[in-house]
Amino acid sequence: MGLRKVAIVGAGITKFVRRAQETGPELAYQAAKMALDSCELKLKDIDMVTLGTAPDAFDGVHMKGEYLLGGAGGNKKPYIRNYVGGGTGVFAPIHGWMHVASGLCDLCMVVCEEKMSSTHPHPQGAFLTIFDHTTEQPIKPTLIWIFALEMRRYMERYGLKPEDVARVAVKNKKNALDHPSAQIPAELTVEDVVNSEVLADPVHRLDISPASDGAAAIILASEHVAKRITDKPVWIEGVGWNLDTAYWATKDLYYPRYVEKAARMAYDMAGIKEPHKEIQVAEPYDPFDYKELHHMEGLLLCERGEAARLTAEGYTARDGNLPICPSGGALGVGNPIAATGLMKVIEIFLQLRGEAGKRQVPGKPRVGLAQAWGDLMQVGTVIVLKR
Amino acid sequence: MNNRVGIIGIGCTGFKPVTPDVSYRELIFEAAKKAYDEAGLHPKEIDSFISATEDFMEGYSIADEYVPDQLGAVLKSVHTVAADFLQALGVGYMMIKTGQFKTIAIEAHSKASNIETLDDVKTFGLDPVYIRPLKESADFIAGLEMRRFLERTGNTEEQCAEVVVKNRKNAMNNPYAGHGADLTVDDVMNSHPISTPLKHLDKAQSSDGAVVCVIAAEDVAKSLSKNPIWIDGIMWYSDNANVWSRCMSEATYIKLAAKKAYEMAKIANPLKDTQFAEVCDEYSYKELQHLEALGIARRGEAGYLTQNGFTALKGDYPVNPSGGSLGTGHSFEASGGMKVFNSVLQLRGQAGKIQIKNANRCIVQIYRGVPTATGAVAVLSNE
Repeated sequence: MGLRKVAIVGAGITKFVRRAQETGPELAYQAAKMALDSCELKLKDIDMVTLGTAPDAFDGVHMKGEYLLGGAGGNKKPYIRNYVGGGTGVFAPIHGWMHVASGLCDLCMVVCEEKMSSTHPHPQGAFLTIFDHTTEQPIKPTLIWIFALEMRRYMERYGLKPEDVARVAVKNKKNALDHPSAQIPAELTVEDVVNSEVLADPVHRLDISPASDGAAAIILASEHVAKRITDKPVWIEGVGWNLDTAYWATKDLYYPRYVEKAARMAYDMAGIKEPHKEIQVAEPYDPFDYKELHHMEGLLLCERGEAARLTAEGYTARDGNLPICPSGGALGVGNPIAATGLMKVIEIFLQLRGEAGKRQVPGKPRVGLAQAWGDLMQVGTVIVLKR
Repeated sequence: MNNRVGIIGIGCTGFKPVTPDVSYRELIFEAAKKAYDEAGLHPKEIDSFISATEDFMEGYSIADEYVPDQLGAVLKSVHTVAADFLQALGVGYMMIKTGQFKTIAIEAHSKASNIETLDDVKTFGLDPVYIRPLKESADFIAGLEMRRFLERTGNTEEQCAEVVVKNRKNAMNNPYAGHGADLTVDDVMNSHPISTPLKHLDKAQSSDGAVVCVIAAEDVAKSLSKNPIWIDGIMWYSDNANVWSRCMSEATYIKLAAKKAYEMAKIANPLKDTQFAEVCDEYSYKELQHLEALGIARRGEAGYLTQNGFTALKGDYPVNPSGGSLGTGHSFEASGGMKVFNSVLQLRGQAGKIQIKNANRCIVQIYRGVPTATGAVAVLSNE
């Protein structure tokens, strides 16, 4: 029995900002409305809704999915919230894919929302309780602290200098200048990045994506319905996700094996044998600049340890051989966690349709990929799209 | 026809008010081991895993980090839904229906005894702008809803008390239940008010416990299991979450979910086509409200039927033979797991003293608790 094909037929993204005046449900509403309008559908046409959003602690609301329900269009519909930490943004469309591919419905709306600014004094506070209560919380680690460990290990393994990594931040923040939702697009130099203040060595301020508020939404349709709605459907050809142990200190951090496993799951489903040749545009998750390099390797888009060199050579630029994060990524567009992942999926959707405007990569790409990552350096979520 | 989804293994720790001797991870491990043994599968052979959990109940941000290790699911495809176990079962059902997965394990647990401020956690579920500033315990919504439900349907407080008496009595014969008791209607009526007309004994007390369940596509289920339990229909629905604008006299979310689940299971009349039901009774009136929404009782008649023993263990149509949440203890996201576990035992004929004769099809229903209006309905069968 062949799989039911599932297409993305519409998409919407709010502006990503440091502090939105709107409440979480209002942000979700805006994105959902934009997505519905983009393919001329009404909420009543939608059969089921799935919502992605990361920790409840940002909003300080228990059962945040239920709180966002009205804004996300879940009233009187089958509605469910999924999450895999930072990987949620790319997992949510995978969840939507399940809804349609199973035959349970023909039209499913996927909404991702994050409002980080409600957390006082800073959204980082929400991450203090992600660590094991017995073995880790007593030493009071922060998120930046553990990623500094991972970044250092990655750089040491391949003999990289801060400049090699900083090129990613420069590229992505520049790409974001062309993104209408972008929060911190900028024209920077490698020196600007390596000279910005140190947060936890080797992580500098400009190596990191900002805290953001924002939402994104897409509409998924089954094959026969998609063809009625649009003549440019973008098909979900492969999905993959993988969760590693919570005990991050027990593994070698230089390589994200869970991303590789998730990617292989998606490639197998999509029939992709040589991802570095077949994937024509990719949006790996880049909350830190080194993560883009890390993820390119995990996604098998290049040899291990090669990503920094390829970036320096312009291979990953918007007009390079394999454009990486043409949207501007989390580093440039902003990082409202779950919404960022979906923003990346939407970027690939637009690139494959040839509707990315100034961000359009050359060569009319047919196959693209988006990926997100999260939890305690633990989860990879991958989606492969084809025109 | 070879595209059904069957439950081939289920493990449960049982539910107790406190479990000071084990951590929540040990609870999950115990349930997982039992489920895998029953299914005859090593977790390495299972295609995907789903957990059902809420951050604030765990005391972690991003609680899904701590799912894989004790489930044997490290470096496997694992995800979490912030929903009840029964909704997670629905997601598993969907995944198998895609044709991409053959076997899936689903986990939910409660370690409510770890939470020092359970009422405050529930208060954090209230709308932060409009409702939370009232500084009321979330149970006030249940009180409002109960009053509205009784007024509109003509059911009575005494009939709600009958639900408590029945369920806690059923639980006395269920080895997996932690709140069995021999009560009278007067005991319930005289217990102290929480939010009038809701009284202390109308509300399920919390429990700890874990449930893990393995489901499989029909061909795999038949080859691995002698007595698979089939998921004939399953659906979840949410109603308007705004307390100030939603219908409180009936459970619209269950009406909608039941309609779809019955359609999938080809059920015309739930009373004739099924032999018993496990419905959500987090508050006593909820059992009556849900029975009416499920079409098991006509509007306004659920209380009368309960009073006359129609829903008793030996009645014409037993409801919550396990003791429900009132008798087993409210286990939050694991509530659906408790209900599915007890239903599977009934359908396999392994329910011991609470076994219902000739049970081959049943209804399982959950509600996510105040302040939500989210619920799910499943139809399970053994043939």
